[in-house]
Amino acid sequence: MSKMVEIRWHGRGGQGAKTASLLLADAAFNTGKFVQGFPEYGPERMGAPITAYNRISDERCSLHCNIYEPDYVVIVDATLLTAVDATGGLKPDGGIIINSAKEPEELRPLLDGYEGRIYTIDAGKIAEEEIGRNIPNTPMLAAVVVVSGVIPEDEFLNDMEGSMKHKFANKPQVIEGNMRAIKRSMREVKGL
Amino acid sequence: MNYVKGVNQDQPWYEVNEAGTVLGGGTSLAVNTGEWRIMIPAWHEKNCIQCLLCFPVCADSSIPVKDEKRGEFDFTHCKGCGVCYKVCPTFRKTDAEKAITFEKEDK
Amino acid sequence: MGIRERLSGNEAVAIALKQINPDVLAAYPITPSTEVPQYFAQYVADGEVDTEFIAVESEHSAMSACIAAAAAGGRTATITSACGLALMWELLYVASGTRLPITLAVVNRALSAPININNDHSDSMGARDSGWIQLYSENNQEAYDNYLMSLRIAEHKDVMLPVMVCQDGFITSHAVENIELIEGEKVKNFVGEYVPKHSLIGGEPISIGPYDTPQFYFEHAYQRAQAMINSKKVILDVSKEFAALTGREYGLFEEYKMEDAERAIIVLNSSAGTAKGACDLLRAKGEKVGVLKLRVFRPFPLEELSKAISHLKAVAVMDKADSFSAMGGPLFTDVRSACYDLKTRPHIINYIYGLGGRDVRVEDFTLVFDALKQVVVDDRPGEIYRHVGVRGVQ
Repeated sequence: MSKMVEIRWHGRGGQGAKTASLLLADAAFNTGKFVQGFPEYGPERMGAPITAYNRISDERCSLHCNIYEPDYVVIVDATLLTAVDATGGLKPDGGIIINSAKEPEELRPLLDGYEGRIYTIDAGKIAEEEIGRNIPNTPMLAAVVVVSGVIPEDEFLNDMEGSMKHKFANKPQVIEGNMRAIKRSMREVKGL
Repeated sequence: MNYVKGVNQDQPWYEVNEAGTVLGGGTSLAVNTGEWRIMIPAWHEKNCIQCLLCFPVCADSSIPVKDEKRGEFDFTHCKGCGVCYKVCPTFRKTDAEKAITFEKEDK
Repeated sequence: MGIRERLSGNEAVAIALKQINPDVLAAYPITPSTEVPQYFAQYVADGEVDTEFIAVESEHSAMSACIAAAAAGGRTATITSACGLALMWELLYVASGTRLPITLAVVNRALSAPININNDHSDSMGARDSGWIQLYSENNQEAYDNYLMSLRIAEHKDVMLPVMVCQDGFITSHAVENIELIEGEKVKNFVGEYVPKHSLIGGEPISIGPYDTPQFYFEHAYQRAQAMINSKKVILDVSKEFAALTGREYGLFEEYKMEDAERAIIVLNSSAGTAKGACDLLRAKGEKVGVLKLRVFRPFPLEELSKAISHLKAVAVMDKADSFSAMGGPLFTDVRSACYDLKTRPHIINYIYGLGGRDVRVEDFTLVFDALKQVVVDDRPGEIYRHVGVRGVQ
């Protein structure tokens, strides 16, 4: 079987973690991959911890269970680091990507003896400055693409621009803001 | 008249109509349920004011109406329930003045 | 060849319905199938279909409206889950007994209580004896394909029975995966026009659904049973035609690495994919294991299934619903019964699993395959009514 990348997202209801996982699935799909993007349904109230998943590979994946040993974990809300088992099952050669202004090593004490790679990205700040609202999922998505290498970066940028042009045909300023946020996020990931 | 086409109790399953669907209209004419009657109404035209209160309450369409006037009972499906007799405005009058009377059927 | 897309299972069914463009769709929303009528209502509003969409006040009414519309001669569909299907209960029997080819997308969800919105098969399994054909789908592709085939099966003159097409709530209904859609024009040709033999709207005066006396009811029930028997061939014929169109082949069940297998798991819907994953892992270690995924549960493929597993030493039948008979789930009792007349037959045990959305992992299936190994060693089934994934139960 060809290499499959498995990603687990932790966020809070309303932050767009599920949407981000679906956007990643979309972007990977558009570069020719087989994808799965699915949320774990539970108490989906605003602010409640939610989990979403991605499987991305070159062949169709038949598994229909949650992901217990992810290659990457994405933390959309850093307050979850102490609320959920963020690094549970995370593969030693994988990595955790955290939405935070802090340096990666500053967060290690919160990760229960985790010894693998840590990446941070100040997605909230980037979103506020470039998009005008604190919606961290687009910058987080960009960080995941850079860290995981699951999609070639140029293809990802082309695809995002294309899908946003389609989605926000009448709002060019939204497209520009989002594209700036994505590019900036790809540059500003810490821990690479 | 197009009655229940070819349905009878001697048929094997593969000849019986699918799902019991009745093919054709007016098939009730094939079954004389009026024969179940114990009580029977009688219409007395001379006392009838043609108010037409009786025909809508009849459960078995046994009171024919033509040119806005009721006619003689059609007893084919009349079960003798007596609703027409009770709804008739002459119900409180003497039998001789009633437009509809109601009595045990002489069989 | 087809249209490469990525869709959730619910989106896939909604697209199938759009391409079918039924005459009438009556539905009441319920998690996790709500999205399907929601998307469909949008198609209606946008003029992409000319379906009469009836927003009813309950699932009982939804099925009632479907029955009436189908009796009038329309191609008719609905969608539901869990207690919605339970509320249709009375009408399910009316639909099949009246021989109306309604299609129903079931997005499987556990029945209350305790209340739960997640997946198991207690809803459709509860309806297994209602005279409906039941097709089960592993993923979005199969949910889409099965739905397109369902009306051809339902409307066949030798069948004239309603069909429910099941997929797992959330697990596939809300999971976005790759899918190959068929071009709209091809779908249109494949599903064709529904021309009922008799209908309330039409030239002839008829009555549908009259009172049936003891002199006739049994014959009508026998006809319905015969139609269910007939449907097996029709399902295979329609599937063959579908394969010619798409290259995707479907039978009564799918055999995965079964030829030389000694142990196997029989399973429905999305868990089949996970079971295949477990099967691959064990095969890599040289273990002779296989997976049989049942696609058609009603009619039950008695001869074919018993033949397919007769060479095995041990089989675990996985039920994502308990029948509370104290002797195993509904799939188990049917499979075990189907093997009774075999000269040589495998030991067959039952596992109840995944109730109320309990995640079913690859490890759960490897554990079951391991348990089968012990059954083979012991040469007796031991406890037949087992559970996997319940805390405190080995």
